[in-house]
Amino acid sequence: MNEASSDAIIRMFHVHKRYGGKSALKDLTLDIFKNEFVFVTGRSGAGKTTLLKLLYLGEPVSEGQVLVDGVNLSRIDRHRIPDLRRKFGIIFQDYKLIPTKTVYENVALVLEAAGRKPNLIPKKVRSVLRTVGMEDRMGALPQSLSGGEQQRVAVARAAVGDPKIILADEPTGSLDEESAGVIMDFLDTFHTRGATVIIATHDKDLLERSRTRIVNLREGRVGSIEPNGCGNR
Amino acid sequence: MKRFYQRAFKDILENQFLTMISIITIALSILIASSFALFFVNVGDLFSHWQKGIRMMIYLKADTSEAVRLDTQLRLQSIAGVHDAVYISKNDAMQRLKGQMQHHSALLENLKENPLPEAFELTLQPQTRNSEDLRFLAERIQNLPAVAEVEYGRQWIQRFSSVVDLFTLAGYAIGGLFFMATVFIVANTIRLVLYSRREEIEIMRLVGATDRFIKIPFYLEGMIQGGAGTLVGLGLLYLGYFFLTRNFESGMAGGLLTVRFFSAGICAAIIGGGAVIGWLGCWVSLKQFLKS
Repeated sequence: MNEASSDAIIRMFHVHKRYGGKSALKDLTLDIFKNEFVFVTGRSGAGKTTLLKLLYLGEPVSEGQVLVDGVNLSRIDRHRIPDLRRKFGIIFQDYKLIPTKTVYENVALVLEAAGRKPNLIPKKVRSVLRTVGMEDRMGALPQSLSGGEQQRVAVARAAVGDPKIILADEPTGSLDEESAGVIMDFLDTFHTRGATVIIATHDKDLLERSRTRIVNLREGRVGSIEPNGCGNR
Repeated sequence: MKRFYQRAFKDILENQFLTMISIITIALSILIASSFALFFVNVGDLFSHWQKGIRMMIYLKADTSEAVRLDTQLRLQSIAGVHDAVYISKNDAMQRLKGQMQHHSALLENLKENPLPEAFELTLQPQTRNSEDLRFLAERIQNLPAVAEVEYGRQWIQRFSSVVDLFTLAGYAIGGLFFMATVFIVANTIRLVLYSRREEIEIMRLVGATDRFIKIPFYLEGMIQGGAGTLVGLGLLYLGYFFLTRNFESGMAGGLLTVRFFSAGICAAIIGGGAVIGWLGCWVSLKQFLKS
């Protein structure tokens, strides 16, 4: 194992993913390093979302191997999947907030699920909601929030468990420019605190301003990698 | 555990409509099942009352001496399953017969000597009051040297035992069917709840919740709904019982039969059983749901 590979938090070797007879990812090999900020881009259907799903076992690989923080996902026991998922903070394109739970409850759920001490949860949740500017909307239900606000809550939920890796699937896709900028600033904040951040996006403005590595997928393969500073943003 | 209870109660409040549907479904299932159970309990009481009347008559040989008779009495009393053996002398037997033939007692007055044999009347312990045990007991007693004849209404008891056995079997079968049907209904109702909350469950799994974290509040909800539904079902049954006994009891079985409700202990056990059914229904649904 060379120096670079020992620093990789995610390693993908010759990964294939097929849905029925159709290939979503083909022979993909990729390393992502600790505390790296990476964009995964490509056209719709290029395999961006599929790539993210393979990392948190939202989908199993069809062929090849994926290692996350040293854990081979092909060999992981079913009961260890929650442990794997707690390494991630995931921001979904459609937010995936629980509609019957308040902002506070949606965020606190991550810590409750991780078995954190109940007396420590409120302080931590308030702190992260303050960071994303949603502390004053803690009691609101998701449907009463704007898209930008819901995305902030989703970012807070992704970050509250201090995950090693933050995955964001089109985090700015449905937001206006200002809200998108705010969300990217939050992700930057969590990156500077030590998290590895992987963003799947086809937002050209975002990519043009980027000073980080960009993995370009084309028809399920790595088309190109732009090593814009490889590491910190 | 406190957190799980809090989540369970909160989920119940957030899903009031589905919770009400579950409780009503369970209440109706329990109402039907416990109506049958109450019927069986009361008919069982009636059978038990009849069974208590079963006696066995042991007629002694004509030349039995007092010493042999006393020895026979001791031997009868020591046989397992025999509650008591009461001696009936020839005179006592005649008096009984006269009592039973009040309008024809003149026929008995003309007898030169008492033709009735000395006898023992055996009362039996409850566990011996079935056809098979009675037959074994009769055969054993028949072998005693002083015994001439054993009489216990064999055919009648055989028929009676068959009816009791059939009744008990039907009771268990119906109970079992209702139990399964109730679990099935509860499981399906809970499956509806799970489907309505599948997005929430999926999100919980994605943020790293273990199956245990997801399941425990559902189990608690299932138990609470099962217990509450049973309580409502039993309450409705009691209302029905109260109405029926108040208006019709004097007409039942010529006033000989007292219809009784379940005891407090049985009610508590049924409510506990309802909670277990709720848990079991939840277990069945969750097992399939979380697998998918």
